[in-house]
Amino acid sequence: MVSQSHATAAADPFEVSEAFLKRRRLVDLTMRCILFLAASLSILVTAGIVYVLVSEAAHFFAQVSIVDFLTDTQWTPVFQEKHFGIMTLVSGTLMTSAIALIVAVPAGTILSIYLSEFAQPQVREAIKPILELISGVPTVAFGYFALLFVTPLFQTFIPGLSGFNLLVPGIVIGIMILPFIVSVSEDAMRAVPNSLREGAYALGFTRLQTSVRVVIPGAFSGITAAYILGMSRAVGETMVVAIAAGQQAKIAVNPLEGAATITAYIVQISLGDLPHGSIAYLTIFAAGLTLFVITFLFNILAFWLRRKYREVY
Amino acid sequence: MHGSVDGVAQADLAHNAAQLRAEVKKLSFYYGTSQALKSVDLPIVDRQVTALIGASGCGKSTLLRCFNRMHDLYVGNRYEGSITLYPENLDIVGPGVDPMLVRLRIGMVFQKPNPFPKSIFDNVASGLYIRGVKTRAIVEQRVEQSLRQAALWEEVKDRLHQSAYGLSGGQQQRLCIARALAPNPGLILFDEPTSALDPIATAKIEELVDQLRLNYTIVIVTHNMQQAGRISNFTAFMHLGQMLEYAPTKQFFTAPEHPKTQEYITGRFG
Amino acid sequence: MTEQAIVTQEAQARALSDDEIVRKAHRSETRFALIGLTVLIVTMIVLMALIVDFAIDGMARIDRDFLTSFPSRRPGEAGILSAWVGTALVILVTAAMAVPLGVAAGLYLEEYARTNWITDLIEINVSNLAGVPSIIYGLLALGLFVQTFQLGQTIFVAGLTLALLILPIIIVATREAVRSIPLEIREAAYGLGADKWQTVSGYILPAARPGILTGAIVGMSRAIGETAPIITIGALTFIAFLPPSPIQSTFPYVNADWLNSPFTVLPIQMFNWISRPQAGFHVNAAATGLILLAMTLLMNGLAIWLRYKIRKGIR
Repeated sequence: MVSQSHATAAADPFEVSEAFLKRRRLVDLTMRCILFLAASLSILVTAGIVYVLVSEAAHFFAQVSIVDFLTDTQWTPVFQEKHFGIMTLVSGTLMTSAIALIVAVPAGTILSIYLSEFAQPQVREAIKPILELISGVPTVAFGYFALLFVTPLFQTFIPGLSGFNLLVPGIVIGIMILPFIVSVSEDAMRAVPNSLREGAYALGFTRLQTSVRVVIPGAFSGITAAYILGMSRAVGETMVVAIAAGQQAKIAVNPLEGAATITAYIVQISLGDLPHGSIAYLTIFAAGLTLFVITFLFNILAFWLRRKYREVY
Repeated sequence: MHGSVDGVAQADLAHNAAQLRAEVKKLSFYYGTSQALKSVDLPIVDRQVTALIGASGCGKSTLLRCFNRMHDLYVGNRYEGSITLYPENLDIVGPGVDPMLVRLRIGMVFQKPNPFPKSIFDNVASGLYIRGVKTRAIVEQRVEQSLRQAALWEEVKDRLHQSAYGLSGGQQQRLCIARALAPNPGLILFDEPTSALDPIATAKIEELVDQLRLNYTIVIVTHNMQQAGRISNFTAFMHLGQMLEYAPTKQFFTAPEHPKTQEYITGRFG
Repeated sequence: MTEQAIVTQEAQARALSDDEIVRKAHRSETRFALIGLTVLIVTMIVLMALIVDFAIDGMARIDRDFLTSFPSRRPGEAGILSAWVGTALVILVTAAMAVPLGVAAGLYLEEYARTNWITDLIEINVSNLAGVPSIIYGLLALGLFVQTFQLGQTIFVAGLTLALLILPIIIVATREAVRSIPLEIREAAYGLGADKWQTVSGYILPAARPGILTGAIVGMSRAIGETAPIITIGALTFIAFLPPSPIQSTFPYVNADWLNSPFTVLPIQMFNWISRPQAGFHVNAAATGLILLAMTLLMNGLAIWLRYKIRKGIR
């Protein structure tokens, strides 16, 4: 043991030199800047998306009036007589998304209540990974499944179901977004403090009554966020509809028939070899912009709702 | 507040002859808008153990964490007054003083043992690596020396490269002490180092602190008056963010001046 | 009747049916639990049906030739050599870009960022990017990388596009992993005099590595299965050759030409075969899908297992 006195403190071998400190500060600052740039890159990505979509769509709207775009009921950009009514594609998208939500919202709500309030912890630990596995399945595989397994199966008991239709892709998308809805809403339900549950039990509520009257209202904004995010995913889902919903752009009224969605249309055009700058090429950016705006609004709304429930508890 | 100044001033007079390692003057500290320390004065005598005692919430840990600017890790905290470190004459809480520079000179041992999820060797060597010391021979020598100082060498010399998490709680805390010793800091802060340990491990740490006094200046926060009595040379008593009394430990426990101190050490509150 | 009499009567009526209330409650509880279980089982049956369907349709087609042949006009002779090589190379590019960038961004947001409007903006932005449909990333790549920068429909562009797509996944995983590291570790490092970067690189990042790895695996698995953005950049072409080898026998032994090579990937090859009318190609699609499924399920399984290990380690 070396006795250390004031006089020898300066000769301490572990005393850091000014030069070392300077170098260390420089490294620290450099890394801080690099990390900041990496974080800002995400803003650049959004800016890039907005720039590409808006600039290409601007060329499109220079040739097609926005009123026609929103009100025309036909979509025939590659035909001789051209029509650009986006509502045809939007109707297909809304139809599949609505069917997906009809499947996923009740099932997701029931499952998340079951997992968060009823299931034993071991059961929950076993179930959640399986749900995660579903969300890991590539969408193109779900597309194959919808077209070549579910549709033929459904055709055996639903007369009039076309080979390409909106019903089956809608249901399959519903199953695809189910794990996501369950995970977000279960997260919200578990954030409800136990003291509220105990209060309800003390009043003689059953587990189900507690779930419905205390947990769901308590987690309301989080559950809503889950539905909205699920909707956003359903709207943006591409491969299932591109494979199984058909490519005919028309106002979708009958889910048993096929119709193109926004995403399926973009895929369809991308498969062909369209010259850069042609009107058909520009349509995919106009369609993409529409899609981006819809999902953007959903995402922001959901972000705000989720932040709200995090603040409450 | 006047009472406190008197108490400190008297103690100060009595030990003016002793060399100071650090000196706290009129230190106030704010967590956001709430004031946690109110114009605290405290001398830290070189190569002696100074104990900070007081009821929980009195500001003793807050004061300790001012010494190495730990509060700077969290936003909204503010210091007023000064803590001067000798012989560098560095105002620890002064404006423009890099907290990193302060922490390079002052070691700290925390309430709960907090080894890094790394090997025993790397834990002790951490402080050296951080100071840019990479020469293997120097590092190895210093690691052994620190582990010996922390009375841990015999227990771990055969498993230096195994995870520190395999050690018992008491061993982990001694490892953390070795880690703090390795870079040879002039001043070491102990924040209730035995509060998470059993009596046997506590006794070992106390013995260790007693040994370390020969080479290091130590400030220790403890919630245990007996511990302060056993291991410290000076005791400071804090109450509601104020320094009520500072005296040589023996005098402090036998003839406390402040009525609150009397109440505290006779167990009437806290 | 006086008021009190009414109350007493009500109380009696209720007291009489307490038993029944409990019984009814139990019944409805059981009913709900059954419904929950049914939904669960149906969901699992769907997942099983999917896997079994692919296995029945495609299992027999997978053999050595299938893995070592190029696509062909005759379904029986076609294989996925160019597709799996393409997938491997694209994922290599994706990982090399997304992991460092995502980890860096996650570290910044969790460890460095102060609460101000820029941080807020970045956070909202990352959360929004995580929800942007993948095909939009394809349009970004088409408009920016392929058309504006004229980079072509190459492995590099595909890897870059998928990297941007999975960036939010890795950022979120990094943040969660970093957040779960106890405060004491940070304080210990700072207490020794470490500066921010020393603390982050020396103590936080190593401790967060398993969590980050989990996120990276999930991200890679997502990238392997992505089809839409790669179709959008116009990569659906007949590829019956391999990209130049990254390794060569002469100095400097490595070669970056493959980055600028045209390519195809497994999901694209599969989509291509699904779109053909002949049943033979559908069998090929099922076989490719089975391989894709096996890869992504294995990767997700690995991630789940890792996360389980981490959680057990913390407790």
